[in-house]
Amino acid sequence: MSEVMVDVHGVHKSFGTLEVLRGVDLQVRAGEVTVILGPSGSGKSTLLRTINHLEKVNSGWISIDGELIGYRRSEDRRAARRAPAEGGGGRRAGKLHELKEKDVLKQRTHIGFVFQNFNLFPHLTVLENLIEAPVSALRRPRGQAEETARRLLDRVGLADKAGAYPRQLSGGQQQRVAIARALALEPKVLLFDEPTSALDPELVGEVLDVIKDLARTGTTMIVVTHEIGFAREVADTVVFMDGGVVVEQGPPAAVLDNPRQERTRAFLSKVL
Amino acid sequence: MASTTDAAPPGAAAPGTGPTGPETPPAPNDQASLKVVPARHYARWAAAVAVIVLVAQFVHGLATNPVWEWGVFRDYVLSETIVEAVWITLQLTAYATVLGFLLGTVLAFMRLSRSPVLQTVAWTYVWIFRSIPMIVQLVFWFNLSALYEELGVGIPFGPVFWSVDSDSLIGTIGAAVIGLTLHQAAYAAEIVRGGVVSVDHGQLEAAAALGIPRLRQIRRIVLPQAMRAILPTAGNEIIGLLKGTSVVYVMAIGELFYQVQVVYGRNGRVIPLLLVATAWYVVLTSLLSVAQYYVERHYARGADRTPPPTPLQRARRFVRDLRAAAAQRTQPVPARKPLPLGDSR
Repeated sequence: MSEVMVDVHGVHKSFGTLEVLRGVDLQVRAGEVTVILGPSGSGKSTLLRTINHLEKVNSGWISIDGELIGYRRSEDRRAARRAPAEGGGGRRAGKLHELKEKDVLKQRTHIGFVFQNFNLFPHLTVLENLIEAPVSALRRPRGQAEETARRLLDRVGLADKAGAYPRQLSGGQQQRVAIARALALEPKVLLFDEPTSALDPELVGEVLDVIKDLARTGTTMIVVTHEIGFAREVADTVVFMDGGVVVEQGPPAAVLDNPRQERTRAFLSKVL
Repeated sequence: MASTTDAAPPGAAAPGTGPTGPETPPAPNDQASLKVVPARHYARWAAAVAVIVLVAQFVHGLATNPVWEWGVFRDYVLSETIVEAVWITLQLTAYATVLGFLLGTVLAFMRLSRSPVLQTVAWTYVWIFRSIPMIVQLVFWFNLSALYEELGVGIPFGPVFWSVDSDSLIGTIGAAVIGLTLHQAAYAAEIVRGGVVSVDHGQLEAAAALGIPRLRQIRRIVLPQAMRAILPTAGNEIIGLLKGTSVVYVMAIGELFYQVQVVYGRNGRVIPLLLVATAWYVVLTSLLSVAQYYVERHYARGADRTPPPTPLQRARRFVRDLRAAAAQRTQPVPARKPLPLGDSR
């Protein structure tokens, strides 16, 4: 089996007094597709947003490809030297330092994120949307970034839309541009937050086709969605969340057709 | 130019001639020959007549009332004194606009930042400078040397390494620019902040998720979109500032209004010289309004699927349509068609 790419460990997150995530553990292996299902309010979008640190966690940690997201562990030697003086011998390695925004931004270039509402930059053309982050965050030469961008547009079937503005495109086209924009950074993992929920039913297929194509080429992905059929077809692992915890996870056949938990069964009976 | 807007749709034109009317109903394929009678707006016509009469009276008064003294106006409007004064007005406006909006933008982002120190400093600045009338502030700056004779660089509360006489450092124009700028910055800060908070939060999230550096997020993603909300108010402010520079006459700076007062103080021709000032202010603010239109248009790109034509383009199209209509009329055409207003070229 391939190594763990995304490691979510004991993550808690509250908004005010509302505890949205209450101890989530999740591992995603490189090259695999994980689909997160669950009723609204179950914390699946929040979990996704903690993975690229759009939301800070209250406790627990997340790492991608072995690198902690949003924090730096203090160097063992210094922590070890200081720890006895502080009298905290048992918690020697347990210090996390919050990263500065600049470093968080750098980490995010390894994590592609596709939003429910696309969030394309409306005042920039499709091509400019795609090259913005590679040029400004990764300092790629403009020519090279444009070349990559055109190749990606071709891949999502929008090679002829490079000069268009986002509002001149359909919802499905906009979401495909947003996927290409996320891919332009060559991320280690792609996160999708309900990528088809804002689309008209007849446009859902074209976006899912692009995601399926990415799955075939071995992109590591975490997809929050309500499309059960898509989960069955594409997912390596299906995760069912409810009430801020992972209720059940496993291969789609097991979770979708043969759920062990009552809550999973109740949810599936409503959406299938 | 909208010749067809008053016309009712043909189907609903005349209920009396419909199939249920008392007259014999026309055959369905006769529909094309039904005449459309536009609605008559009598009140609108009466209002138009009233307006025309009022305007005519005013113009007549302008032309015939000797107190306007158009000869004096002509003598002074392009005279060297006045043109120089206009130049000073323009300089004051330009400096205060550029510096004011730069400082204002910085203040706006300080206020929006996550640092409580920056937030407090920005809030306090806006609070103070919005609270002091501009004229009071200007007089303060004018009297700066009374407050601080010398300005220097050194250790706070400690020795001073370098110092300079404050009057020679700032000067009158400098004091005016500082006063106008600081005043303007407080208002600009709120205008810019208003524009920034009007940008969809998802835009910042997307920029953050892509790892775009913070300053670049502001300059490339947020500000261009905020400009759409900033520009109409900013246009107001800049035009207000242009006219507001007239208050620096209290510092005896030779800007437009001050010079005009000097001249009529000398020759007593108050009305024609006020007219000179009015004419210049109107011309300058008109130019600013036109500039504002085109800047707004620039920042609207991507907002509409097809951008609306500029007035110039619209005028050109109107002329072209008129010519086309005239060309059509010279030929024997069976029926006059409405002008093709909708299609372009």
